[in-house]
Amino acid sequence: MIDRDSEQTAGQTARQIAAQAQGLVKVYGNGAASVRALDGVDLAVEAGRFTVVMGASGSGKSTLMHCLAGLEKPTAGTVTVAGESLGSLSDKRLTMLRRDRVGFVFQAFNLIPTLTARENILLPLSLAGRRPDPAWWDLIIGRLRLEDRLDHRPGQLSGGQQQRVACARALLGRPTIIFADEPTGNLDSRSSGEIMTLLRSSVDDFGQTVVMVTHDPVGASYSDRVVFLADGRIVEDATDVTVADILSRLARLQPATAETGGS
Amino acid sequence: MLRYALRNLLARKARLGMSLLSIALGVAFLAGVLTFDHGLRHTFDNILDGSTPDAVVRVAGADQTSGQATTATLTPEDVARLAALPEAAAAYGNVVGHGVSLVGHDGRLVGGNGAPTLAFNRTASRNLLGEPIMQLQQGHWPQGPRDLTMDARAADRAGYRIGDEVTLVVPTSALVAHLRLVGTATFTGGGTAGAILLLVSTQGAQQLFLGGRDAYSSVDLAAAAGTSPDQLVTAARRVLPSGFEAVTGKQAVDEAQDSIGAVLGAVTTFFLVFAGIAVIVCGLLILNTFTILVAQRTRELAVLRALGASRAQVSRSVLIEASVLACVATMLGVVGGWGLARGLAAAFAALGLEIAGSALTLTTSTVVLCAVVGITGTVVAAYVPARRAGRVPPVAAMQVTAPTGAGTRQRLLIAGALLAVGVLAATAGLTGVWGHRSLWVGGAGVVWIVALATSCGTVGRPLLALLREAFTRLFGVTGQLGGQNALRDSRRTGATASALMIGMAVVSTISILAASLNRSVDDLVDQNFAADFIVTSPAYTPFPTSIGDRLATVEGVGLVVRQQVAQATLDGRSVMIDGNDASFDRIYRLDILAGTPRLDAGQALVDSDTARAHGWRVGSGFTVQFPGLHVLRLHVAGIARTSQVTAPISVPIDDLAAAGVARQDSAVSILLAPGADAHAVHQRLDAAIADVPVVSVQDKAQYAAAIHGQVNQLLYLIYGLLALAVIIAVLGIVNTLGLSVVERTRELGLLRAVGVSRVQLRAMITLESVATALLGAALGVVVGLATGVLLRQALSDDITSLDVPVWQLLVFLAGSVAAGVLAATVPAVRASRLDVLQAIATE
Repeated sequence: MIDRDSEQTAGQTARQIAAQAQGLVKVYGNGAASVRALDGVDLAVEAGRFTVVMGASGSGKSTLMHCLAGLEKPTAGTVTVAGESLGSLSDKRLTMLRRDRVGFVFQAFNLIPTLTARENILLPLSLAGRRPDPAWWDLIIGRLRLEDRLDHRPGQLSGGQQQRVACARALLGRPTIIFADEPTGNLDSRSSGEIMTLLRSSVDDFGQTVVMVTHDPVGASYSDRVVFLADGRIVEDATDVTVADILSRLARLQPATAETGGS
Repeated sequence: MLRYALRNLLARKARLGMSLLSIALGVAFLAGVLTFDHGLRHTFDNILDGSTPDAVVRVAGADQTSGQATTATLTPEDVARLAALPEAAAAYGNVVGHGVSLVGHDGRLVGGNGAPTLAFNRTASRNLLGEPIMQLQQGHWPQGPRDLTMDARAADRAGYRIGDEVTLVVPTSALVAHLRLVGTATFTGGGTAGAILLLVSTQGAQQLFLGGRDAYSSVDLAAAAGTSPDQLVTAARRVLPSGFEAVTGKQAVDEAQDSIGAVLGAVTTFFLVFAGIAVIVCGLLILNTFTILVAQRTRELAVLRALGASRAQVSRSVLIEASVLACVATMLGVVGGWGLARGLAAAFAALGLEIAGSALTLTTSTVVLCAVVGITGTVVAAYVPARRAGRVPPVAAMQVTAPTGAGTRQRLLIAGALLAVGVLAATAGLTGVWGHRSLWVGGAGVVWIVALATSCGTVGRPLLALLREAFTRLFGVTGQLGGQNALRDSRRTGATASALMIGMAVVSTISILAASLNRSVDDLVDQNFAADFIVTSPAYTPFPTSIGDRLATVEGVGLVVRQQVAQATLDGRSVMIDGNDASFDRIYRLDILAGTPRLDAGQALVDSDTARAHGWRVGSGFTVQFPGLHVLRLHVAGIARTSQVTAPISVPIDDLAAAGVARQDSAVSILLAPGADAHAVHQRLDAAIADVPVVSVQDKAQYAAAIHGQVNQLLYLIYGLLALAVIIAVLGIVNTLGLSVVERTRELGLLRAVGVSRVQLRAMITLESVATALLGAALGVVVGLATGVLLRQALSDDITSLDVPVWQLLVFLAGSVAAGVLAATVPAVRASRLDVLQAIATE
């Protein structure tokens, strides 16, 4: 089966929780122009599960993910990833953490246009000066059906293919957690379905932890758990939801968002 | 990361083309100068090695490279005694002529523009390498007193063939000698660097140069087998007459190399300064290019950071890109520089200064130095953008627009501080508290340039805003957009403009100095010079006294005053001494502070600076030593205010002759007889020397114009050298515009979509370019104006009058507009050809 040694050792201290936020506050700007993007968020992301964060534009869902991924420093509160508290880490340690423990899938794919698909997938490992485990490489490339596309440049690939390359890039390092930021935002519905199936199976088959931010109820329905955000706070937290569930919850949230937005 | 950097480089070939070209140009300039310098040195080394014997007996105490003639000679008995020494294999008496000129077949002077015409007797002497100094090419060596053999190249230049009668101007009363060309020879050492070699028989040389006396000016010694040159010299010293010294060939070569090296060193430094300016301008272009590339790549760099690249890794990738670029450009530049040196040598050869082509090789040190300058220069310039790349926040990978750092205030503070430092330096220079005044002011100029280069974008904002208004008025909305584009990232515009500013600042400074120098010459000639005509040779070299004798007999000439400039030593230091005819105070308007300018034998007129330095008053005595160990005892008869028309010490001209200096004239000044017609006399003077084209008779206006011509020649040379810096700066504008067009593809497409025509789009980009060029030129002219005026003030001893060439400065500004239009051509055409739909779809 799949070799999960590194996951095991890393997970010793936080077997259940891959990433955790406590009392997270993020304020942009200062004085009258300040915006409170996160207003006291507590969230524990369980390992080996697929967690989705939903919310309207400006609800703070992207900021939450940036903070969890160590891309932004919170104004207050703590973030722990793979048992390490991010607040005390230097830029260097934070970089190492991103490199070794975190994977990213972006809305805009963000492949390096001058590198081939293969080189893009290998990029995080080569940044760390490591080589991939051949069996793991074959497994991922096969599962993502990228064998014929490895020597193409991103410009020669379709959107769905590019995002598959991005997923392979995230999976190859076997990170503690993968953050996906609207991964289907730039894709048609067929490609979207493909990517979501892929993320789902990475959780089921490889025990990968995935956190995804999305607008898309269909995408969210692939998850184990959906966290709804409004005005920087968690307002709902549901497990094993269907598309209909999500739509009704979103509909319920809508007026509340309008009210608080207006006040 | 290495692969990432290399891929980026390949993917952006076109964007880096201008940077590549500019580094290559800068390095080519440097390599060209160094190679040419090496070739020149090699040529002179060959000349020295090829013409110096084992040991030489020569007049003592002479500055060997000044070429000053003395009247001291050796007798045939002296030569015989030297030849009889057991340490000597042979001794060859040399008879060397000074003040000889070759007149070409067409009656015009050959050479005379710096490289000497050397006339000497042909001997069998051999050089340090044991080779004959000259090798016969055609015909035979001179035998009779009327025979002449000359170097083949000179014969070619003069248009003579064997058997022709050759005209020489010689320092005898006849002034002109006609000799028969019996052979041509080549110099064993290779190129003669433009020198003309004339070989005559010993008897002929004695007739031409020594009034027929059987005597010699120096002796070449060849060492006997098993004798070292040192032993030979020691032996020779025992039999030498006084006033002469014996030195080894090696010592003679070393001395000559030192003094030639000093001159060549100054020339090389002069060229290197301009190479340095070009390299600095290059550096600015690199800095700008990489800043823009990093800004355009922000998102990609952020992705790298998000994927776990450290700051250092990201910075390094930019530096790797820069160094690979630099390596390629340096290689191209070095090869280009070698070609440049070949071209320069060809140009010099056309002027008669041939440089051995074999000496124009790329030496290891040249290649290493060029590589060091090219690569470190590029990497240093790319360092700031590379650091900025490392600081891109990873979260920028997920944001649409990346925040850019401000820091304008900090830059303004630095610029302000630098400006103040410059003012302090200039004040120090003008008050002359310590050291060289002009160096202080020049330093201030450099500091000001740096200050403006760091703050160009901020300081230039008001000017750019003004230009936007002007463009709006003139060209409507197209003008407004163009002006606004220059203003929107004023730091980028400023950085681009500052490259041009540097070139313009130096050009303006130089033009002010040159104009002031010309004005000073006019004023000097007008106010301090009373002569109606001045007779000089083109290169201000001395000429035979018989020319003055002839001119004195011309009808309508009232007074002829001769002047000879001689070199002597005073307290162990070299000093210039003027020998003047008695009535020289009628030619020069001197400000006599004490005593009288009417000098008797043994009396001197000294200038006030020299008098102060030595504590002399009227009546003080001092001695100066001339070559051949002749000592002249002098008393101060008068003190004149220091001016440019006299040397520090002036003595009666006959005293120079008494001190063993061979009489020649450096200048002859002529006053008209009362009532004589200037025009008619000028014609008669010209006619009197028509057969000796070594000098020209000029009135005051012509004389000033001739000096202007020389000043302007230097000025144009400097302009030519600065042109490279300006070209690189214009390349920088092309580069920035090109990158901006790529960056704004979407915006340009949008403009086209809403109805902006291609012509309007081109106009918009051209106006942005013009605004950039004008900003650079205007700031450059302002700095140059300030520096030039202050520098003139600091140099007011030499450049007595100030002249600001307003028209010229306006032409520079107009030229920068033209450069702006030119620079915009390619980017504007590219922008106007964008496919509208594709452009809008571009992210």
